[in-house]
Amino acid sequence: MKTATNTAIDRFKARAAEEGLLDVAYATADSPFGPLLLAQSRRGLVRVGLPNQDPDELLGELAERVSPRVLEAPAELDEARRELDLYFEGKLDRFDLPLDWSLSNGFRLRVLRAIARIPYGQTRSYTEMARKAGNERAVRAAGTACGSNPIPLVVPCHRVLRTGGALGGYGGGLPMKRGLLELEGVLDE
Amino acid sequence: MLATPLPPFQLLIDEYAGDVLAVLRGAVGREGAEDCFQETFLAALRAYPRLEDARNLRGWLLTIAHRKAIDHHRARGRAPVPVAEPPEAAVEDGLPERDERLWAAVGSLPPKQRAAVALRYGSDLPHGEIAAALGCSPEAARRSLHEGLKRLRKELG
Repeated sequence: MKTATNTAIDRFKARAAEEGLLDVAYATADSPFGPLLLAQSRRGLVRVGLPNQDPDELLGELAERVSPRVLEAPAELDEARRELDLYFEGKLDRFDLPLDWSLSNGFRLRVLRAIARIPYGQTRSYTEMARKAGNERAVRAAGTACGSNPIPLVVPCHRVLRTGGALGGYGGGLPMKRGLLELEGVLDE
Repeated sequence: MLATPLPPFQLLIDEYAGDVLAVLRGAVGREGAEDCFQETFLAALRAYPRLEDARNLRGWLLTIAHRKAIDHHRARGRAPVPVAEPPEAAVEDGLPERDERLWAAVGSLPPKQRAAVALRYGSDLPHGEIAAALGCSPEAARRSLHEGLKRLRKELG
């Protein structure tokens, strides 16, 4: 049963949304790898937290770096959740979500924008990403940029591998990277 | 740089929404409490990014709640507060049933006394914070609380 407090909270959040006060709306979403945290600013999806990342820490970071007006508002994330569900079912090969890049800048941002253009089911090397971002020799920095990707899955850093095909690293852990590449048919299950 | 970074606003809701609603019920009665709750949290959310001191968020919220309760009474021309409905079977928010009668009596106290009692017992605020919330001296807060309690004892026997 809903308590009076919960009802009051729901009404407050509806009004906050109407008045444009939801600077950061967040929700959790299920995935085959565990729960994801999805956070959206007015501009678009700003953060995806992977199952092995601490949601409280991520929300604290959003409060500091985007806006402290951070509220749990699942309805705001319906579209992102829907597309991710389809993706995990293998029924969606391109996300169509507005993105907010404001957590990244400089070389890292250029690397992440290049990663966002890697098509479904294909992979690139860290070296190629460094070149696309304008500095072929900054391979290690390109790897760091992948590791710092605030919007994994939607910005598919799991599609970046070492030259020669070794998996490299992944913020969500290597089993997840392998699982995503299997889902996309790059690796055999 | 802030000494203490502001936590996500959701944390204030998770931690203090129940307190705020309980205090408002004491201050304006069950009927008006929901509206005051909306006004309190909307005002807080609007002002939140500019808040400079994150150390006493609960006191800050209760101060806003108190102002909204005063606004509520002003808007009603200080009309007597409708007291709470007779207790229902359900117990809401873990408040024991017998408290209904008590809160109804609190609801009929004069505004200052009502606020002092609600802040002290509905929300467990220390005297210093009650004074801050009411915008008066600790001595005056203590007096309002004392007068309020005296009346309650008389009324509830």
